[in-house]
Amino acid sequence: MKSFAARVEEERPYLVRYASLQLRDSHAAEDAVQETLVAALAGAASFEGRANLRTWLTGILKHKIVDAIRRSSRESTRTADIADEASEFDALFDSTGHWVEAPADWPENSLEQKQFFIALEDCLSRLPAKTARAFMMREHMGFDTDEICKELAVTPTHCWVLLHRARMALRACLETSWFTK
Amino acid sequence: MMISCKEATRLVSQGLDRKLGPWNWLRLRLHLGICDACAAFTRQMKFLRRAIQRLP
Repeated sequence: MKSFAARVEEERPYLVRYASLQLRDSHAAEDAVQETLVAALAGAASFEGRANLRTWLTGILKHKIVDAIRRSSRESTRTADIADEASEFDALFDSTGHWVEAPADWPENSLEQKQFFIALEDCLSRLPAKTARAFMMREHMGFDTDEICKELAVTPTHCWVLLHRARMALRACLETSWFTK
Repeated sequence: MMISCKEATRLVSQGLDRKLGPWNWLRLRLHLGICDACAAFTRQMKFLRRAIQRLP
């Protein structure tokens, strides 16, 4: 039987991918995973009897990711300014504010397809880092906007702009890369 | 009272992050009632949320 340390180590690639998606910085992701694995080995006893090693490790990793986001938003000055929101999505709407091209209904069965999630990850990786962080904290990790504003050190308005921008960009990306294929 | 599709998409997105005030909520409901495009957009946003939650 494999040692606990070996089983933990096997999960490293998955954890790095998970952290990279949210942190958008491969060094920060490796660091967060390293901290997670060290914490996991130190706390091996608390894993005893739990069903799923990956779920347990991901739980630890989420805390490390939040720590990393906190550190980096303390370090970075607020360089990311809000672009003029009013003109940002102009290409999508005509001068009266109506859709140039009406959104289509997306087939639900995409959610059953592995390839769809690869396309989704690819679209996520194209988002600007801060936009991606805000979006993943909200939609994947389930934070509320107050917490996200605090962690990213942005105003509530900026926070909503980031989330809206992420949704619009992902929608456009998926339309092109997946739904019109 | 009437809002544009552009304004409606902004409210749909905001509604995913917090409870809209009664005035905006009403304006959005009225718009979605008559605008198929924005109703489809709303379904896309909910789809996106489900997709991200299922991300492996």
